[in-house]
Amino acid sequence: MSKLISLEDAVDLVRDGDTIMVGGFLAVGTPERLIDALIAKGVKNLTLICNDTGFIDRGVGKMVVAKMFKKIMASHVGTNRETGRQMLEGETEIVLIPQGTLIEQIRAGGFGLGGVLTKTGLGTEVEKGKQIIEVDGERYLLEKPLRANVALLFAEKADEKGNLTFHGATRNFNTYMGAAADIAIVEVQKVVKVGEMCADEVVVPGVFIDHIVDGGAL
Amino acid sequence: MMDKQQMQEFIAKRVAQELQDGTLVNLGIGLPTLVANFVPEGRDVTFQSENGFIGVGPAPTEDQVDPCIANAGAMPVTILPGGSFFDSAMSFGIIRGGHVDVTVLGALQVAENGDIANYMIPGKMVPGMGGAMDLLSGAKKVIVAMEHTAKGNPKLLRECTLPLTAIKAVDLIVTEMGVIEVTHEGFVLIEQNPEFTLDEIKSATGAPLVISAALKQMA
Repeated sequence: MSKLISLEDAVDLVRDGDTIMVGGFLAVGTPERLIDALIAKGVKNLTLICNDTGFIDRGVGKMVVAKMFKKIMASHVGTNRETGRQMLEGETEIVLIPQGTLIEQIRAGGFGLGGVLTKTGLGTEVEKGKQIIEVDGERYLLEKPLRANVALLFAEKADEKGNLTFHGATRNFNTYMGAAADIAIVEVQKVVKVGEMCADEVVVPGVFIDHIVDGGAL
Repeated sequence: MMDKQQMQEFIAKRVAQELQDGTLVNLGIGLPTLVANFVPEGRDVTFQSENGFIGVGPAPTEDQVDPCIANAGAMPVTILPGGSFFDSAMSFGIIRGGHVDVTVLGALQVAENGDIANYMIPGKMVPGMGGAMDLLSGAKKVIVAMEHTAKGNPKLLRECTLPLTAIKAVDLIVTEMGVIEVTHEGFVLIEQNPEFTLDEIKSATGAPLVISAALKQMA
């Protein structure tokens, strides 16, 4: 059965109040067409889990400008002045998470782990309110798993089973977010028939992907 | 006197001399990015981009631009032969796991015990830590590349007053005034830019500055 659906059907899967994960790093490897369609639909009160908040006119940054988030969990928001404004004026809750911790929390959420132990953030504000666990005399922060209702991903190519391949530096968070969400939707530049993709080249197995949207070339 | 650009290039050039043959290096955004332009000839230094590849090459020509190949500052770059692309879990496994030899970062403040603050000014500028906390926790050597003062105020201090990015993480600081090692005795000046007197450097430093017995001229 093909997982290909229309852009309209895809964005209908995102509801007001949902937590969404969005792939991409400063809008490289971000599903721009899914984002534009969500903005057109006008979903509200979302929680965003994403590496960063892109730019005011690119990536998830466009959704920040459209005021679609009540809460944002990201490692970096400095490239989007609207995120900074909403944070300083108390309109949107911003939780800053070290990048390597964020990806591991997502991985843990998708892979059945109760959390990860890391030294990153020890002795900083990141440590506040978190459990410290000692293993063989070394101190680590316990970082808990993250999950989402919907993951919005980007890949170069999918077959109709949702097996994915990537180009360039677009893998970033796209490879793990699908596993950590109840519904994973991937926007790809090209969809091929089952059998047209070599099993050796698959980076993300289709088991993690629920729906595919054919976004066409960038 | 050097203008701002000359000062940044002077610092970047000196940092580049620290990069040994065969090492994997991660450069932060801003001044540290310039370091790649000054790697001494004949040294094989490989650069990692935290967004997911090893083998960062120079900026592309107009017809080489690929929207899927950008550095961690979203600037278009190229990937060199022998490079590889990977996802963020792999990228931070490389970083956190101690596989990066040197990271070069900017800083707002550095303390004499190696504490560093470089990701936020409460109530003003809160860009976030990005990958800096992981780099500071995992890289084998941490070099801070920055101007010695900010608007005349020292950035090398007894204790940081801004929220920390990491504790006891900095090994070496390169500024336009000199090269400073972070040791158990605090800041030790090991190289001096002859454009500045020792008194000028000391008064621009907000913590005791030990002058190395083997003090060299910075070039």
